[in-house]
Amino acid sequence: MWRFIGLRSLQAIPVILAVITVTFFLVRAAPGGPFSSEKAVSPQVQAALEAQYRLDQPPLQQYVSYLTDLVQGNMGPSFYYPGRSVDELILQGLPITAELGLYALLIAVIIGSFAGVIAALKPNTMQDYVPMSIAMVGICMPSFLLGPVLVLVFGIMLDWLPVSGWGDSYGDKVLPSITLGAMYAAYIARLSRSGMLEVMSQDYLRTARAKGLPEYVVILKHALRGGLLPVISYLGPAFAALLSGSFVVETIFQIPGLGRFYVQAAFNRDYTMILGTTVFLSTLIVVFNLLSDIAAAWVNPRLRYQFKK
Amino acid sequence: MTSKITAQALDHDIPKGTSLWEDALVRLRKNRLSMIGLGFLLFVMIVCLLTPWIAPYGYEEQNLRLGAIPPSMEHWLGTDTFGRDMLTRIMYGGRVSLLVGFIATSVALLIGVTYGAIAGYAGGKTDAFMMRLVDILYALPFMIFIILLMVVFGRNLLLLFLAIGAVEWLVMARIVRGQIQSLRQQEYVEAAISLGLSPAAIIMKHLIPNALGPVIVYTTLTIPNVMLLEAFLSFLGLGIQPPESSWGLLISYGVETMEEYPWLLIFPGLALTTTLFALNFLGDGLRDALDPKASRD
Repeated sequence: MWRFIGLRSLQAIPVILAVITVTFFLVRAAPGGPFSSEKAVSPQVQAALEAQYRLDQPPLQQYVSYLTDLVQGNMGPSFYYPGRSVDELILQGLPITAELGLYALLIAVIIGSFAGVIAALKPNTMQDYVPMSIAMVGICMPSFLLGPVLVLVFGIMLDWLPVSGWGDSYGDKVLPSITLGAMYAAYIARLSRSGMLEVMSQDYLRTARAKGLPEYVVILKHALRGGLLPVISYLGPAFAALLSGSFVVETIFQIPGLGRFYVQAAFNRDYTMILGTTVFLSTLIVVFNLLSDIAAAWVNPRLRYQFKK
Repeated sequence: MTSKITAQALDHDIPKGTSLWEDALVRLRKNRLSMIGLGFLLFVMIVCLLTPWIAPYGYEEQNLRLGAIPPSMEHWLGTDTFGRDMLTRIMYGGRVSLLVGFIATSVALLIGVTYGAIAGYAGGKTDAFMMRLVDILYALPFMIFIILLMVVFGRNLLLLFLAIGAVEWLVMARIVRGQIQSLRQQEYVEAAISLGLSPAAIIMKHLIPNALGPVIVYTTLTIPNVMLLEAFLSFLGLGIQPPESSWGLLISYGVETMEEYPWLLIFPGLALTTTLFALNFLGDGLRDALDPKASRD
């Protein structure tokens, strides 16, 4: 197990380094300097600005100094918000996005696996068709459509819940969390259904039943562990998808989180901010993929042999 | 599983000697949801193809005095705030959405199948290296990279195709590689090798055609993903740019005015959702028909 964790972690390092390098040079290759949209400034001011943002150095040197700064946790100043650093902005948005993501993930895992298990217990009956049809709707209805529809129905027509903001008024976290979680609940429902169906036909379950164990013990203790395995492996990629989903959800509900910062930075051509958030989010995603792989290997020992000769 | 299929085949009295494809067609035909999905898709495709000739109004035809009116006899799906006919706009938007879906999927198909086939056929160290590369790329947060690409190189349609295609080929490569790897062990491939066929010819003539089933299934399931991705980007304002239009863009316009004119959100939303529905049902049906062993997830 330790061998697996060690080698799998080593794999993550080149990925992160590749992300940083590619992002850095992509952003540098962008046509038009970051100040080109501003009104004309005198050459001295231009030079001073370029020196401040290290644009006067050759690219390779810029890259090296960016890396050294990064290791020290310094992502440089924002191009767009004068006087504010990228770290500051990320740290400001992160807790909000993390909270939103956590609620969404909780909704997705709880509702999704419940629906999937229920469906798998009685396949090809109404108990299967109804939750799986709803799951299909969840997969085909993108968050940028579901969100506005929820706002229209529960926020405007019924006037039950606030339609924007985060933590400003009571209940304003409900709609964004549901909007973000719905699609993943649908995926998890399908994953856990197929996982459970596969496990349910295994010999060890027949043995468990033959021993005379009550059905709920058979399901809860023996079937769930194997049946929910695909869900655990899915959590890593789901986290990455949740992050990009937060771009849309935070834009719709005007939540000042990382996702909204990222989209705004993309519009404002705030290069240091784009660079910083890309590196930060990517590292986060790589780390979560790593954790989800480790969790899967912990539950399913066969996966650990991936690194055995 | 094999015994089940044989039993099923016997049940329905399929004459002996049917090919895989005939067999799959029979199975697909019996899946009502898939057939409805297929019919709906054909309908949408024909409508989108013929849009310039059958659209009731011009795409940019404004009627400012009309403004936004709800569905009526003259404008079946209502009009937007400029008095433009929504049905017409949805038809034109569908052209772009479907085009992105098909072209980006073709890009993914081309890269994925070629890469996967080479890795699977070569085996050994080449294979290990190529697949490790796929693993690494797979771990990258591509959504973020597409946004980055759109920001850096500007928002044009061609780049969108390439960027989305470049993301979606990874799974395809894995599937094809697995298929080719198992097919490569078969005697008929050895026969082809001993006859002196070049690897390229073996891959093209003998291996890829036999791996087609899962590829078709996965292609059908990639198209809705791609369309969703395009709509997602367009919604954020990072994908299709006006005057071009797509369902994602129409939805984002609809959101702005949904309180006063909800039909501007509802109809493009319905168009996108039902099309994705149909594609997913067709994909599921194809999977059951062509690849009964694959898990449904």
